[in-house]
Amino acid sequence: MNLSILRPAAPAVTPIESSPGYWSEVFGRVRRDPVALLVAAVILALILMAILGPSILPGDPFTTSMFKRLKPIGTQGFLLGTDELGRDLLSRLMLGARLSLFMGITPVIFAFFIGGAIGVIAGYAGGWINSLIMRTVDVFYAFPSVLLAIAFSGALGAGVNNALISLTLVFVPQVARIAESVTTQVRNRDYIEAARASGAGPWTIIRTQVLGNVLGPIFVFTTGLISVSMILASGLSFLGLGVSPPEPEWGLMLNTLRTAIYTQPLVSALPGAMIFITSISFNVLADRLRSAMAIRS
Amino acid sequence: MGKRDIGGPAQPLLKVEQLVKHFPVKGVLGKRSVVRAVDGIDFVVHKGETLGVVGESGCGKSTTARLLMQLIAHDSGELVFDAMTVGGHQLPLRDYRRQVQMVFQDSYSSLNPRLTMEQSVAFGPSVHGVSQRESLERARDLLGRVGLEPTRFAGRYAHELSGGQRQRVNIARALAVDPRLVILDEAVSALDKSVEAQVLNLLLDLKDNLNLTYVFISHDLHVVRYLSDRIMVMYLGEIVEVGPAEELFAAAQHPYTRALLSSMPSMDPSHRTLMSPLTGDPPSPIDPPSGCRFHTRCPHAEAICAQRKPNLHLTGEEHYAACLMVEPGAGHSQSPSGVLLLKEA
Repeated sequence: MNLSILRPAAPAVTPIESSPGYWSEVFGRVRRDPVALLVAAVILALILMAILGPSILPGDPFTTSMFKRLKPIGTQGFLLGTDELGRDLLSRLMLGARLSLFMGITPVIFAFFIGGAIGVIAGYAGGWINSLIMRTVDVFYAFPSVLLAIAFSGALGAGVNNALISLTLVFVPQVARIAESVTTQVRNRDYIEAARASGAGPWTIIRTQVLGNVLGPIFVFTTGLISVSMILASGLSFLGLGVSPPEPEWGLMLNTLRTAIYTQPLVSALPGAMIFITSISFNVLADRLRSAMAIRS
Repeated sequence: MGKRDIGGPAQPLLKVEQLVKHFPVKGVLGKRSVVRAVDGIDFVVHKGETLGVVGESGCGKSTTARLLMQLIAHDSGELVFDAMTVGGHQLPLRDYRRQVQMVFQDSYSSLNPRLTMEQSVAFGPSVHGVSQRESLERARDLLGRVGLEPTRFAGRYAHELSGGQRQRVNIARALAVDPRLVILDEAVSALDKSVEAQVLNLLLDLKDNLNLTYVFISHDLHVVRYLSDRIMVMYLGEIVEVGPAEELFAAAQHPYTRALLSSMPSMDPSHRTLMSPLTGDPPSPIDPPSGCRFHTRCPHAEAICAQRKPNLHLTGEEHYAACLMVEPGAGHSQSPSGVLLLKEA
C-alpha cells in the first residue's frame, strides 16, 4: 500500500501526554468508595478462607460425636457450636466456603464466556442470525431459573459436576441477552461504521472495537449472578441434587440443620447467614462497579 | 499524487449509474411497502473536484453517502471507480475502501470511547497490514496535519476533546488509509460557526496538499457554495439538478433549486425574505407523487407534471435539470420549443 503522504515524522522528542484509561478511572472511583472496599474485603477474606481451607481450620470438620450434638455458640472448643452430628460448625463453615464459592463462581465464569460469545455474535450479526439465536435463547429464558436448574440437575443426576453444568445452562441465556442488547447498541454507533469503512472484517471489528465497549456491562451483570448462582447451588444441594454429605456445603448444611431450628435457632441459621453475607457482598460489589462504570459511557 | 490514477484526469473518479436503494418497511396489517430512499440516480465525481450534495432532510443524501461508501448494499445500479466496477474482481470492496473514506456528522459517536485518538487513527492502516508501530507513527503525523499537536492529543480519549477537535481526529482517521475520495456527510454541520469555518479551511488545505476529491453533503447552502465546484440537488431520492456551483446559484433551472436558494438566509438584512418559498414537508418517499415528484409543491405545476416524469436534461455547460419546463416539447406551457434546442446543441 502506497502511503507517500504519510511520511513518518522525525522521532518525537516530547513524550506523548496520555490520559488515564477508562479502566484505571473506574478502579480509581471504586478505590474511593468505602462500601465497595468493604464488600471487596469481605469477598477477599472468603476467597482466602476457601483457598487456605484445611490448613487454617480450628477443629476437625468430619469427626462426629453423639455427646456433643447441637452445642450452642461459644461452647468450649466449638466457637460456633456443633451441628446435628456433633461436628465443629466453625470448621465446617470455613471448609464449606470452598464448595459454596466454587459452585457460585464457576458456572458464572462459564456462562460469561459462552453466553457473552453467543450474545455478542448475535448482536453484531443482527438480522435473521440475531433472531434465530435470540429466539432459541428465549426458550430457555422463559423458564424460572430455579425450575430450570432443578430440571437440568434432575435429568443429569445428582453430583457437583452435573450441578455446575445445569447452573451454567441456566445462566447462559441470561448473559446472552444482556450481551446481545449492549452489542446491538454499540453496533449502531458511527465508529463501527467507520471501522467497516476502513475495510476491517467483522471479527477484527468485534475484537478491537466492540469488545472493549461491551465487556464492562456484561462483566457487571455476571458478577451480580454469582449470588444467584450460590443460592441456586445451595438450593440444589438442599434438594439433594448438588453436593452430597458429608462434604460441607452451606446449602446442604442449612438443609440438615433445619431440623434443629427449634432447639438451636442461632446455630442452624449460621450457614444461611454465610450464604446471605457472601451473596449480598457480590451483589453490592456488582452494583458499585456498575455505578463506577456508568459515568460517561 | 496521481500514482494510482488509471484513466487520466479526464476519466471520472467515480461514476454512479442508476443507483437504487429501497428500504422495506412493514405497514399496518402486514402490508409490505418500501421507502424509496434513493431511486435511480446517475452522476459522476470528477478527479480533484468537490461535489456538493444538497437537499431537505429525508431526500436521500445520507443514504447516497452510505451507498457510495458501500456501508449498505445497493439494490441495483453500479458504482464505477476510476473505470473499475466496485466489488468486481478488479476492485474488491476491501481495496475500494482504502480509496474512499467517510467523515460522519456526529463527531462523538464516530470515535470509539475506549480508544485513544492515535489508536483510533491508526486502526485503518493496521487493518491494511501496516505494522502497529508504523500505524501509530502515521497517526501522530496525521494528527499534526489536522492541527492537533500529537504530543498533547495522541493519548487523549474522545470525551476529553471539543467537537471541533474530535472532527479533526475523524478527518485524520479518514485520511489514514490514504484515500482518493472523501465523503463528508454533514461533517461540519454540528460544529459552532467559528469552528466550522476553521474545519472547512482545513478541508480545503488538505484537499490541495493531498490531491483529494470530496463529496460534500450538507443542508447548509452557504457552506456548500463556499466549498463546492459543482452542486447536486436531490429531492425525494432523485437528482433534480446538477451543475457548476456559481452557475447553479446564478441561474438555477429547477423550481425546487430556486426555492431552496431563496430559502437561504440572506447575509444582508435588507434583502431578507419574509415569505417561505416552500411550504409543508416533502411527500413521503414510501409513496412518492407520480410524474415529477416535486409537482405537489411546485408553483409552476401543470396537469402534465403529474403524468410525465422529467429526465435530467442539459441546459448549459455541465448543467442538467430534471424539469419539464427545460425539456423541449415536453408538453408544459413553458417548455422550450424543439427548434431552440437544436440551435443550442
